[in-house]
Amino acid sequence: MQLTLWTYEGPPHIGAMRIATGMRDVHYVLHAPQGDTYADLLFTMIERRNHRPPVTYTTFQARDLGGDTAELFKTAAREAYERFKPQAMLVGASCTAELIQDDPGGLALALDLPIPVVPLELPAYQRKENWGAAETFYRLVRTMCPAPATARAPRLPGTPARCNVLGPTALGFRHRDDVREITQLLVKIGVEINVVAPLNASPSDLSRLADADFNVVLYPEIANTAATWLTRSHGQPVTRTVPIGVGATREFIAEVCALAGLDAELALRNAEARATWYSRSVDSTYLTGKRVFVFGDASHAVAAARVASRELGFQIVGLGTYSREQAREVREAAALYGVEPLITDDYLEVEAQVAALQPELVLGTQMERHIAKRLGVPCAVISAPVHVQDFPARYSPQMGFEGANVLFDTWVHPLMMGLEEHLLHMFRDDFEFHEGAAASHLGRAPGPAAAVTEVAAPVQLAVVAATHATHAPQVPSGPIVASWAPEAERELSKIPFFVRGKARRNTERFAVEKGMATITVETLYDAKAHFGR
Amino acid sequence: MSPVIPLMPERVEGSGLPVLKQRGQREVFCGLTGIVWLHRKIQDAFFLVVGSRTCAHLVQSAAGVMIFAEPRFATAIIDERDLAGLADANTELDRVVTRLLERRPDIKLLFLVGSCPSEVIKLDLSRAAARLSQRFTPQVRILNYSGSGIETTFTQGEDACLASLVPQLPSTPARSLMVVGALADVVEDQFRRLFDELGIGPVHFLPPRRSTELPPVGPETRLLMAQPFLGDTLRALEARGARRLAAPFPLGAEGTTEWLRAAWVDWCAVGGESAAQVTRFASVVGPKRERAARSLARHRVALQGRRVFFFPDSQLEVPLARFLARELGMTLVEVGSPYLHRTLLDRELALLPPGTQLSEGQDVDRQLDRCRAARPDIVVCGLGLANPLEAEGMTTKWSIELVFSPIHGFEQAADLAELFTRPLDRRARLVA
Repeated sequence: MQLTLWTYEGPPHIGAMRIATGMRDVHYVLHAPQGDTYADLLFTMIERRNHRPPVTYTTFQARDLGGDTAELFKTAAREAYERFKPQAMLVGASCTAELIQDDPGGLALALDLPIPVVPLELPAYQRKENWGAAETFYRLVRTMCPAPATARAPRLPGTPARCNVLGPTALGFRHRDDVREITQLLVKIGVEINVVAPLNASPSDLSRLADADFNVVLYPEIANTAATWLTRSHGQPVTRTVPIGVGATREFIAEVCALAGLDAELALRNAEARATWYSRSVDSTYLTGKRVFVFGDASHAVAAARVASRELGFQIVGLGTYSREQAREVREAAALYGVEPLITDDYLEVEAQVAALQPELVLGTQMERHIAKRLGVPCAVISAPVHVQDFPARYSPQMGFEGANVLFDTWVHPLMMGLEEHLLHMFRDDFEFHEGAAASHLGRAPGPAAAVTEVAAPVQLAVVAATHATHAPQVPSGPIVASWAPEAERELSKIPFFVRGKARRNTERFAVEKGMATITVETLYDAKAHFGR
Repeated sequence: MSPVIPLMPERVEGSGLPVLKQRGQREVFCGLTGIVWLHRKIQDAFFLVVGSRTCAHLVQSAAGVMIFAEPRFATAIIDERDLAGLADANTELDRVVTRLLERRPDIKLLFLVGSCPSEVIKLDLSRAAARLSQRFTPQVRILNYSGSGIETTFTQGEDACLASLVPQLPSTPARSLMVVGALADVVEDQFRRLFDELGIGPVHFLPPRRSTELPPVGPETRLLMAQPFLGDTLRALEARGARRLAAPFPLGAEGTTEWLRAAWVDWCAVGGESAAQVTRFASVVGPKRERAARSLARHRVALQGRRVFFFPDSQLEVPLARFLARELGMTLVEVGSPYLHRTLLDRELALLPPGTQLSEGQDVDRQLDRCRAARPDIVVCGLGLANPLEAEGMTTKWSIELVFSPIHGFEQAADLAELFTRPLDRRARLVA
């Protein structure tokens, strides 16, 4: 039993729903108690889908448990087929139905429906959402595109290479826009797109997967299982680079060219993002060595660390993931930056780590955004779990060159906002800029604070009309420390706010170590020299 | 398809209203969802769901939990080891509770909330609560109830929670009034002022804002139900000797007036108030009722004659439909409710227009067919259905907002009406 206040991933059947909902002409019959239908709102509210997910729930109740829940399942499956006429049906159980052991797979096969039925075994007490998505996609691919009896004929010379693009799902972090960006890129370099799946693919599209020469894996968490099987049974090689950031995108292009027999040098000519220049321009100098903490699903976290370090000149002070299945990749990347990897799905542990590391920027999930907000650290979101904010109306990919531009903007923006706030603080006591002064554009209007700025406090959009938090975070009060002399306190207030907390802590630590009772201006600068980085 | 067409439409006894019962997919929340508002109401209580990852995911999805610093609810996620019997689930639960209470010394009341998996594996949470209570008394009181989807629908979670509190209430021989059902604090304060002006008191509210302020109950306690979904709580209170005052629910000007009148009539009857004092009701309640009615006038213009279709959600559907039909002139196409509590709704059903089509339980696909065929002006439905129906060109009102917003009482009557006018107004404003 694990005490969980918040979870990064849902149960595995949510992963299956992400596959079914992303596809066309698939229906998922889920043996589940009343209440599990809450999952529909993830798709209709967070992602704002204009259709109900193609899922029928048996919604059994206590009174059914004494009776025949298996019959209930059969009725639901039969009626779902008649009503929705899908090309293929997924059948499975949620956590509670797993306990009553009705065997939805067997029951559905007994119905003898005239379509492929794919039974899903998703152990809800061991596995989680991403695993469920990967397993579901793999089962569907295997069913719709079985291994051929004979090896595929080699591609005729002169015909363009074709690839499948694998991994995007419903409720994926920017999947919608990544697919557009990457398919455009592939077409531009001369590769034909055979099938994009699961997003917007039908089961009959899956049966055409074998027509491709190789597979592009966009999201390894979801597509790796299926892609590995396709390599084994259909001889399709697979891309390994996740094209997030300029460097990775260029590497991806080279990888694709090698698989497609294209000239990589030609393809890479003029392949640049505006972000590269922006990062080199002089006003980005202040980004140098910014201390960054990165946390997310493994692929996004590893990619973000690379972009942060090599393309923005940040320093990685922490790197972690909640995906235990991909922990190895994150460990390897962490070694590259000389940091301890943090592999956990307990957000309290992540919070403690962020608090201890005192980064200047957090790149994380929506939960890290809240952690960062509480700790007063700027933050940008780089990974699922998704939130309504992660489905912007505008085109906003993470992958490819446009994705690199998006990353530059979204990561640098919170730092800029922090800087503006710092300027406001710096000029707080200026005679024209004090809190009581009216804004100049308001003429002689009297009144309070004009120096109000939009602070980087992202709008909280709870799925439902949520109530307000009143419970403040419990900041542990430390041991008694040396007291601050008034002039030292004044000096401290002149230090930019985003390093002030650290300066205070370091000075106090220094004073305690030196056995000083009072902190003077001199102590402050002694400590600065002592800890100077 | 095997459509079940009843030869004779079933009718609700007493009111004679036709009621359609179908069995199929129920698109409703489970009782765990109640934690979202209950933990805001009882401010020193913690809700620990003993369940699966699905339960944790549901509660955080429903609550938009991301906004909480450290929420006063959590899930003890049952894992493989607990199921395989490798770990004694009770020992594990004790460990989790101990860790939790060490972290949160501010917690005075802990609810162990049962879920579908904990019910199916027959984890006895009442014994666990008793065992843990002994250990943590007097600092923390530990109770249990089930919010599982196999036993409860959405608001029934509050019923189960409040019912579990009833045995804890102190006894009293004194005459008192208890308002039963979680209300927004602002609404509670308004009602308290009204009861004061009417000279009715002492008045207590269940649930209280703090677990240390449990309301007393006894044979002289009169119960005024503020919510229509509290059947088990009512039974438990009646077992302690309290008596329910039959009334409609305090939604809208009329509902609130009649609800207050029920308390007033009972109070006068027992207290032997004089005729002069009886006019006090009119002088206290009259102006408030008139003000509420005035505030509804604008909405009546917008809603009069519009056709509304209710999908089942909170059991508030019947009182809401009564308000929309009688005070705003709307036409009721279908009033769906997960469960029609005949006793609690007695006064409400009598006030519905004759022939109102009720439905109890759900087969969501067939109900959607009916809804599409009827093309109502506004559909009241859950979050899973709202955007898809909007995309089909229908105007919707998310039903969950009717549970989370303060809608009871005179001062909220117009706010409640506004929840229905706004979607229509919005659709009219958007050109493209």
